[in-house]
Amino acid sequence: MALVLERRSERSVAIALASPLLAIALTLVTMTVVFAALGQNPATALAVYFITPLTDGYSLQEIAVKASPLVMIAVGLALCYRANAWNIGAEGQLLIGAIAGSGLAVMTHGADPGPWLLPAMLLAGALAGAAYALIPALCKVKFGASEILVSLMLVYVAGLLLDYLVRGPWRDPAGFNFPTTAEFDSAATLPLLIAGSRVHAGLILTLVAVAAAAILLGRTLKGFEIRVVGTAPRAARFAGFNADRLVLTTFAISGALAGLAGLIEVAGPIGHLQPDISPGYGFTAIIVAFLGRLNPLGILASGLFVAMTFIGGEQAQIALKLPQDMTGVIQGILLFYVLACDSLILYRIRWRSLQRKALHGPL
Amino acid sequence: MAPPSDPGQTEPSPPLFLGRGLTKRFGSFTANDAIDLDLAGGEIHALLGENGAGKSTLVKLITGLLQPDDGQMMWRGAPVAFAGPAEARMRGIAAVSQHFALFDNLTVAENVALGLDARASVRKLSDELERVAQRYGLPLDPKREVWRLSVGERQRIEIVRALLQDPQLLILDEPTAVLTPAEADRLFEVLEQLRADGRALLYISHKLEEVRRLAGTATILRGGRVVGRCDPRLESTATLARMMVGSDVIAPKQSIHTIGEPRLSVTALTLPPDDPHGVTLRDITLQVRSGEIVGIAGVAGNGQDELFAALSGETVIDREEAIAIGGTAAGGLTINQRRELGAAFVPEQRLGHATVPTMSLSDNALLTGHGTGSLVRFGLVDRGATLALVDRVTETFDVRKAKRDPEAARLSGGNLQKFIVGREILREPGLLIVDQPSWGLDAGAAGAIRQALLDLSATGAAVLVISQDLDELIEIADRIAVMFHGRLSPPRPVSEIGRDQLGLLMGGSGWQTTEARDGAGA
Repeated sequence: MALVLERRSERSVAIALASPLLAIALTLVTMTVVFAALGQNPATALAVYFITPLTDGYSLQEIAVKASPLVMIAVGLALCYRANAWNIGAEGQLLIGAIAGSGLAVMTHGADPGPWLLPAMLLAGALAGAAYALIPALCKVKFGASEILVSLMLVYVAGLLLDYLVRGPWRDPAGFNFPTTAEFDSAATLPLLIAGSRVHAGLILTLVAVAAAAILLGRTLKGFEIRVVGTAPRAARFAGFNADRLVLTTFAISGALAGLAGLIEVAGPIGHLQPDISPGYGFTAIIVAFLGRLNPLGILASGLFVAMTFIGGEQAQIALKLPQDMTGVIQGILLFYVLACDSLILYRIRWRSLQRKALHGPL
Repeated sequence: MAPPSDPGQTEPSPPLFLGRGLTKRFGSFTANDAIDLDLAGGEIHALLGENGAGKSTLVKLITGLLQPDDGQMMWRGAPVAFAGPAEARMRGIAAVSQHFALFDNLTVAENVALGLDARASVRKLSDELERVAQRYGLPLDPKREVWRLSVGERQRIEIVRALLQDPQLLILDEPTAVLTPAEADRLFEVLEQLRADGRALLYISHKLEEVRRLAGTATILRGGRVVGRCDPRLESTATLARMMVGSDVIAPKQSIHTIGEPRLSVTALTLPPDDPHGVTLRDITLQVRSGEIVGIAGVAGNGQDELFAALSGETVIDREEAIAIGGTAAGGLTINQRRELGAAFVPEQRLGHATVPTMSLSDNALLTGHGTGSLVRFGLVDRGATLALVDRVTETFDVRKAKRDPEAARLSGGNLQKFIVGREILREPGLLIVDQPSWGLDAGAAGAIRQALLDLSATGAAVLVISQDLDELIEIADRIAVMFHGRLSPPRPVSEIGRDQLGLLMGGSGWQTTEARDGAGA
């Protein structure tokens, strides 16, 4: 007997809807085994990750703060992935966006340049992210280079650039040699939505991005173009859509959103530039995008869920003495199951007996 | 390799394979209708027929890829039924397809190992491979990667792979389609040797010269039926061509419309292919005028796809003036700019090219309609307008579907084609270019499509139909040209050109280089 994958005659709509939930269920089952192997009570451990974050106001606010960049980046990635363009380097675009916007904050530090500063920082973050994302896109279109590799490698370039800046030219002279810039002026900081919390105005921009992407994909000709190029390249050419130009467009959009998310992080919750400004939002957003079925509204829900694993991870460190890396393990397992379950949309699993040997008839 | 049962024998022996009344239907379409076929050891048997005559279906029945709906197969005197290709292979039936199934990054030996049912070490296989290769003069280096090999060498791998199973019946499907003349000559020597070994060979081709040179027996298929059996060595290419395409009297189409000014002018179009396996278009000159239907006949793979892509704008052309649409030089224009000039296109592949299979019909209406008309306003898609367009196409062209706006893939081939053709005709094009309009459709749907094309031309549009179905072209076209090896013969009025003449041109005979070069439209 052997397990075989058989192509379905048509894609299963039921599985398409159930696949993310099935993936979450399988992740929970797997985590039960992992926790048991670590000598934890699985029920307690799962509760710390997936229930306690929902039980107090502080955690709920933190979920919103963490979900915001995840969702904003994932929405941009979804446009790319829908168009069959694989931007894996959102983390790097996030860093470059944060660097570019912070540059304005650092240069105007203490000068109070006026109300244009924050909008200019947001714009600079988005433009820099877009420009950085266009490097792998142009390499793909002009030279046929794999955008997956190029965008991924540029993440490390961006990380080293950030490191250099905060340790070198942009280091706060009054900062006791810590590798950070000076704390941003209030004119260079995002306003809070709830006084006394960390919930900042970036959330609104995220919701705007979700709405805009939903309209773009569902209602506009450009969104139609993205869907056609991604599903049927030959039909896209027949429709007169230019796949190369679309790679550039979707990379630019996703880079802009990642850069914006990076700037919002430093101008919002963090308040200055430092070497580690993101716990891998740009990579985790890939999981969020797929878990949300590359659909902006689905991404809003999956972003909140994945953000919860970050909060749960922090609490597990305290309550269970589990390392922070556990969060990455959970997210990795989740992505694994999301992609595996997605194959069930087009394929079914069958048991097939090995009876080829029995076919020797009279020769 | 074990020697075949009776090595010395060259005289035809009693049939190895016997097919009686083999019938295969696909829905209402009968691909094979009560076909009888005898294949004997020591014999090269040719299977002749146009595209769509039923050759491939018959081969699939013999190799177990399809099961007959009716009829009986006998193998060495005993009735057999193959549940799958493995069973047919096990009994000694092997096939060499015209489409190679090879992994470019693996070596010759690894590729052969992958194709065999039994597991064997790659090294043992390499030895065996070299033995077979030497015996039949098929030189192959087992250690070379496939991507380094020429097309002829790749085919050799397929042949050797088949021979390793020591088949009693070897089926070759259009083996020379991809070969240079020198490679083909070498192949013929190998086939002759296999025949002398006492094996049965079934040779599928539409190249008449080859068949006359090689085969001792020929079965000719037309429209799914056996229309003739002969010894091709005793026939001329002309008589074979007539058997292949039929010899009915051509009834000229009643021409009620007036022919006007040219809507499409192609002038000395020469174009190397995008794809290394593609066909180079050579010096193509053609005019299609308002009110007429021009047909382009030819066997698949002679440049029709490349021509369609060049005319539609899916392939870029350097020379702006090589193509003119409605008097405007259009060689450098995109497909949408050509649509704005009044052109409309219907490609051969309905799913994946003409439509996105997983998208609704309204989305697919947008596919070719977004540049012209009023489906899009300020970048926003007017869903009401696209749905209304689907309704209009449905009503005008009688598209049958389960709901108002299903996915394209949910429609039957005929209804999908009515939708695709209807979608273009409702844009009221001045020029319509159609590739294989009724390919794979049942008679009813095919008739509806042809009528729609006739109606369109009667309104004054110019229509260019590329088709492998000669009957179809004769039925609807005013003038017919033939495509062969990337060249186009001068279009001739249907009333002046005979079927046998067309058949010869399609088979590659009767071509003068000057004819293709100097020929201008009408």
